[in-house]
Amino acid sequence: MINVTATPALPLGDDALILSHRLGEWAGHAPVLEEEVALANIALDLLGQARVLLSLAGDEDELAYLREERQFRNLQLVEQPNGDFAHTIARQLYFSTYQELLFEHLAAGESELAPLAGKAVKEVAYHRDHAEQWTIRLGDGTDESHTRMQRALDTLWGFTGEMFEPVDGLEAVSWATLHDAWTTRVTAILGQATLTIPEGPQRGAWTAGAGRQGIHTEPFGRLLAEMQHLHRSHPGATW
Amino acid sequence: MTTPRPTEGTATAGETTTRPTDWPLWEVFVRSRRGLSHTHAGSLHAPDAEMALRNARDLYTRRSEGVSIWVVPSTQVTASSPDEKDSFFEPAGDKPYRHPTFYEIPDGVHHL
Amino acid sequence: MTTIAPEETAHEAVFDATVAADERIEPRDWMPDAYRSTLVRQIAQHAHSEIIGMQPEGNWITRAPSLRRKAILLAKVQDEAGHGLYLYSAAETLGTSRDELLDKLHSGRQKYSSIFNYPTLTWADVGAVGWLVDGAAITNQVPLCRCSYGPYARAMVRICKEESFHQRQGYELLLHLSRGTEAQHAMAQDAVNRWWWPSLMMFGPPDDESSHSAQSMAWKIKRHSNDELRQRFVDICVPQAEALGLTLPDPDLTWNEERGHWDFGPIDWTEFREVLKGNGPCNDQRISQRRRAHEEGAWVREAAAAHAAKHGKAVR
Repeated sequence: MINVTATPALPLGDDALILSHRLGEWAGHAPVLEEEVALANIALDLLGQARVLLSLAGDEDELAYLREERQFRNLQLVEQPNGDFAHTIARQLYFSTYQELLFEHLAAGESELAPLAGKAVKEVAYHRDHAEQWTIRLGDGTDESHTRMQRALDTLWGFTGEMFEPVDGLEAVSWATLHDAWTTRVTAILGQATLTIPEGPQRGAWTAGAGRQGIHTEPFGRLLAEMQHLHRSHPGATW
Repeated sequence: MTTPRPTEGTATAGETTTRPTDWPLWEVFVRSRRGLSHTHAGSLHAPDAEMALRNARDLYTRRSEGVSIWVVPSTQVTASSPDEKDSFFEPAGDKPYRHPTFYEIPDGVHHL
Repeated sequence: MTTIAPEETAHEAVFDATVAADERIEPRDWMPDAYRSTLVRQIAQHAHSEIIGMQPEGNWITRAPSLRRKAILLAKVQDEAGHGLYLYSAAETLGTSRDELLDKLHSGRQKYSSIFNYPTLTWADVGAVGWLVDGAAITNQVPLCRCSYGPYARAMVRICKEESFHQRQGYELLLHLSRGTEAQHAMAQDAVNRWWWPSLMMFGPPDDESSHSAQSMAWKIKRHSNDELRQRFVDICVPQAEALGLTLPDPDLTWNEERGHWDFGPIDWTEFREVLKGNGPCNDQRISQRRRAHEEGAWVREAAAAHAAKHGKAVR
């Protein structure tokens, strides 16, 4: 049995862990060498955050490698496959804008998450800047890049609503305020990038719940299969 | 037969063709800590100055090597030519009186 | 037949004197065409090796068995991209653009180190690559920090500083496996068995068959012969293997008191030449992935260039 402490560090740690994993998949596949370095930097920052956060909830490796899919509390957004570069940038834009706003709030508070959030918020500001710079260049680049970027934003839009659902243990967060600030920021960047903010629902129609309740999307099972396979093949071994 | 002599880092100038998708080359200078001047660290490619700065941060300060970065388009660097080396630098070589060690000061005289 | 202008001879004398005095040649200095092309070939091959070298290890990032190992591996693969960039940057000072060099890599006109045409089949391979492949690379590279061409030597100083972490993490990874469960120990031994001989081949053909060596030594692009470096590497590895509790797959490995070195068995140069020719286990896979990444990234590079042009941010 895995010991898991009930703490908001778990869902936030899972977000960082899974997004880091997805970004790590870019290694050796990035569109330009400079971007290999940039994406790996972001992945490393997130992995560092994940390790601190998961350690607040239990043993980092047990939590990462031995939980079942239904026990992961990350947002569905971060588990979405990389797709093309525009897709990855759209996911980065949506998530890092959210993460920065949330961590700013947590850093100012007095919870056990404050020290981590204070350090991470600087990293995340850089991730958000990276995503914004690319959103602007792809949106206002060529016809092809504009089309791809708009498509990516539209596709992922349905996963953004979940970010503003209350998280257990973070009762002090005003999620509606966070949502407004997020929308303002993203709208401004998309405007600058000559892109349009997607319309339509920010959530899929399904009462079963979403990532925070352990309900994930199909690609997530495959992600875990790959991530956990080696560790689980050698029960009790250390690495 | 002459050997092409590009300036340090200017691959885009002169004999190589640049395609529209090729990003220009930038020279990167890093200040490793406060109180020191920026030092040439290397070069990289970027579509514009903003991205060049970010790429430089990611590439040349991965191990906290810097507190400040300059990026300069490689084509904007004007360098002295090695052919002018003698006229540029040798005249300074025979003016030892510019250096403090040129002067003899009696023992016991301080703060000079 | 080209006639040599008197000016040329004077330049050559300055160049020779600079190299002889162990001073560095810098980008704007006159240099013989053959020196320039040798350097471009060597630095490009070196840069390509870093970039292709991301693949065999990158293969394990998503499967790393602990978060600590995952972070280390990701940082290491990222360093390889960084090292590739430092080296392309050095090559560009010789008047060849990175795009031109990448074209040559993608079209097979320039090579990368053959070692990366071998597969990483288990997690222990990540350790063996770090210990043996990076170890061999460092043995080759440390003397390059004193190479006669300034930008290359400076890039190598930076790279060698960063590489030592790569070798250590590989060794530590193997040590942990060797002292772990029986299955882990077996995994480590298997990886060392597969990587040992290809690592020895990394130093290149024996001295009497090496076509570029003599001139490169004279120009101080190269400082030691292939066989000399190979011997140095073997001598370093034998006690390290012992400390790991693993064996090296060579029955002829014996200490030669007289030479003060370890004797080792014959290397299968047929395999080396075949892999070099393109018949290694991963040649196609490696170059195809590289080409695909480049082609699929074209629209991104174009978009950023177009954006810069539109907004007057382009540099021309």
